[in-house]
Amino acid sequence: MPRTLFDKIWDAHVVAEEAGRPAVLYIDLHLVHEVTSPQAFAGLAERGLEVHRPDRTVATMDHSIPTNGLPIADDAARTQLRTLAENCAKHGITLYDAESTNRGIVHVIGPELGYTQPGMTVVCGDSHTSTHGAFGALAFGIGTSEVEHVLASQCLLQRKPKTLEVRFEGALREGVSAKDLVLAMCAELGVGGATGHVIEYTGPAIRALDMEGRMTVCNMSIEAGARAGMIAPDETTFAYLRGRPHAPKGAAWNAAIERWRDLRTDEGAQFDRTVIIDATRIAPMITFGTNPGMGIPVTARVPSPDDAGPGERAALAKALLYMGLTAGEPLLGKKVDVVFIGSCTNARISDMRAAAAVMRGKKVAPGVRVLVVPGSQDVKRAAEAEGLHEVFRDAGAEWREPGCSMCIAMNGDMIEPGQYAVSTSNRNFEGRQGKGGRTFLASPETAAAAAITGKVTDARTLVGGAS
Amino acid sequence: MKKPPFTTLVSRAVVLPADDVDTDQIIPARFLKGTQKTGLGQVLFADWRSRPDFPLLQPSAAGAKILVTGNNFGCGSSREHAPWALVDFGFRAVIARSFADIFKGNATKNGLLPVALPEAACVRLELAIKANPALELTVDLDKERVSLPEGGWISFSIDPFAKHCLASGLDELGYILGFADRIKAYEQR
Repeated sequence: MPRTLFDKIWDAHVVAEEAGRPAVLYIDLHLVHEVTSPQAFAGLAERGLEVHRPDRTVATMDHSIPTNGLPIADDAARTQLRTLAENCAKHGITLYDAESTNRGIVHVIGPELGYTQPGMTVVCGDSHTSTHGAFGALAFGIGTSEVEHVLASQCLLQRKPKTLEVRFEGALREGVSAKDLVLAMCAELGVGGATGHVIEYTGPAIRALDMEGRMTVCNMSIEAGARAGMIAPDETTFAYLRGRPHAPKGAAWNAAIERWRDLRTDEGAQFDRTVIIDATRIAPMITFGTNPGMGIPVTARVPSPDDAGPGERAALAKALLYMGLTAGEPLLGKKVDVVFIGSCTNARISDMRAAAAVMRGKKVAPGVRVLVVPGSQDVKRAAEAEGLHEVFRDAGAEWREPGCSMCIAMNGDMIEPGQYAVSTSNRNFEGRQGKGGRTFLASPETAAAAAITGKVTDARTLVGGAS
Repeated sequence: MKKPPFTTLVSRAVVLPADDVDTDQIIPARFLKGTQKTGLGQVLFADWRSRPDFPLLQPSAAGAKILVTGNNFGCGSSREHAPWALVDFGFRAVIARSFADIFKGNATKNGLLPVALPEAACVRLELAIKANPALELTVDLDKERVSLPEGGWISFSIDPFAKHCLASGLDELGYILGFADRIKAYEQR
């Protein structure tokens, strides 16, 4: 019987399944960070249990770690980071700690170091674990109880989710990025539109993306409510992985490639749902509201609650009130206070290059604070080798140490109440980037353009020639 | 490590009239720097507390163990701090139009019952609670039903294993570890 990519990975990982019970699903790779793990390790200690497979567990420090370097001034953050270090030392878990030259955001370093591989099940106490699905892995976020389950058993109890194919027909236009593609999808599906489903992204516009673009897309699957997002591996995937520190080597590499080539949805396999999006119609996107589904083309006007369906009217009105926006007003030209380029969505080298291309030789608009936060030490080194840090610094932006930074506002980086930020991160929820702060989500190109003009800007009109 | 079993809950309820309430609202990230799961009730909905009309802090809401809210409750981050904070505040059940996946799983692991009811039933409950904040609802897990203000019941459905764990206080990890031999065999394939 023809199977989907998801079915193949699921079937290969079911350890046991009793009638009426959820499946016991084996987890190949467990990624751990400081915020969602301490209570899980404490639970393990209370039960007198050990970590079952420290060799399949990898930890990093990203959420509460400050991006302005050591030492760490915040007592609570310091304690949390020390707790992770102690737990990893006690259980023999590899930790990319504050001084590691490979440390970074968990969803940046997993792929970068070659831990994330096609066909794997990958979990982390973090909803953006869906990122790793870009490699044809089944990757999803879990709560801290489940972190404890995986630490203790390398398994999770899971009901099989439904499948949703999101097919992007045609090619993206010049000046339109992977971030625009996924923001357009979130706007189409809505913030809860994919709940209960694992998305498989298909179609020529997906195939044409490089691995970093695919990670950006899979990263935001959760913003449409999906359990996970995945893309079948291909030559692009293999080329990215070849030679990465933890990728298979030699004969094992050749054997892996053979296996991985079978990781695609069979002809005739059925998805529970299919949504088709015309990629040629996608424009550079920006959000105007307080969830990632509230997105519009950057050139569009803020929608009116009067035009929304009865179920969405109140939420839209509430969002506009919080954002200080009026229905019908254009976002182009809206003054911004802060620009944040970073996060597990857009802090890889291609994102740094895209932002630098817009900012090269230009100055940040007066009064705008611009933070550029590479996703990892590896990204930071690569960017500095190309001189990108000088481009950002010369423009007047801050070039920081890797971390989640302003995406989550629990590490010292945040926006002030009432301020507007254009951010390359993944969430525009109320207060997400700081209490009372207002977030416009967009691509690195759009964020960099806003840094230069101090206003929401269509980057295609800045760089010239792109459109 | 058993939890107190969930049987039948009889309590007043408080209405939070909003859709897509994300876990950043339930507990903002700046309160996630601890290493414990206790004491988070005091920062539940921290950034909404200063609003004079914030329902959870109205005198009539004191002691309510049931939260009634809109659709897609608990979307966003996977932080289990969200159900920890709700439970610490005193909630034992959330009645919503729908729930986000990760939140729903996290809730049941902490003795917090997620009850998804149709729009019309939620509206009836909300109107009745508004008219009489002292109204007590009965959430009957065994029979999978919620009492209606005008008498009678409305059914809800819950994953049978989640129900079993809630009703018995059974811990999922204990169940998983029961498969230790199968897990070892899987690893040695």
